[in-house]
Amino acid sequence: MTLVVVTVMPKKGVLDPQGQAVQGALQHMGFSEVADVRVGKRIELEINGHDPAGQATKMCEDLLANNLIEDYSVEVPG
Amino acid sequence: MSATRVAVLRFPGTLDHQSAARAVQGVGAEPVFTHHEDTALPTGTHAVVIPGGFSYGDHLRPGALASRTPIMGAVKDHAKAGGKVLGICNGFQILCESGLLPGVLRPNASLSFICRQADLEVADAGTPWTGGRGAGEVLSIPFKHHDGAWFGTPGEARVVLRYKGENPNGSIDKIAGISNLAGNVMGLMPHPEEAQEPLLGSTDGRVLFAALIA
Repeated sequence: MTLVVVTVMPKKGVLDPQGQAVQGALQHMGFSEVADVRVGKRIELEINGHDPAGQATKMCEDLLANNLIEDYSVEVPG
Repeated sequence: MSATRVAVLRFPGTLDHQSAARAVQGVGAEPVFTHHEDTALPTGTHAVVIPGGFSYGDHLRPGALASRTPIMGAVKDHAKAGGKVLGICNGFQILCESGLLPGVLRPNASLSFICRQADLEVADAGTPWTGGRGAGEVLSIPFKHHDGAWFGTPGEARVVLRYKGENPNGSIDKIAGISNLAGNVMGLMPHPEEAQEPLLGSTDGRVLFAALIA
């Protein structure tokens, strides 16, 4: 079994109201150095069989990410 | 002669199927509740309604998991053959996630759940979904959603309804409802099944259900 980590992020240029809300709160709390915040998702998959990264990529294309508004990356931690 | 059958889909977390079924009855058709694990629509199905709610708890993305269920394969075949499909709120999200309508519904710009009556302007009067209403005529229909901002390329769809006045949720071009280019698949965030009774302030939602059996 191989652990594969998928990260799904809002595409650059697509409004991320969640990130903006978090940024506003951080600045309100005094973290004035925060210039931008984007909020995404981390999905951990335990995958059987060979080519776990390839399988995970297909899962991203088919379900895990919506390519209109999201980018994804697939990582197999060493 | 038996009434025209309209399949009303139910997923785990669907909420508005009873109101949708009542609205289907209101136009003289027979609603048939249809389970998400079914692989075929009920025999003799003329049209499909995908009601609102929070299918699969909105997990991953609203509509994403429901759009991959067995029944949606049958809905796609029905739509490809020219059959009518009406998706309301979560049903609209499911239609976008399934690829039957272009675009995607994103969180409201305010990140707030918004629930109120809205004036919707008919933008494209050439689809069956607004009855005989002309462009610019107004339908009063309530909406209640958190993820109602349509995002996509308007040219890939027909813009049937727009919010009149202020943009409530950050939807592109104030879009409230679109159909596919062929006109047989319609999705909207507002709830026409809740605009059926004079007692509740508006009957403007009836035209969308009448279109199912037209």
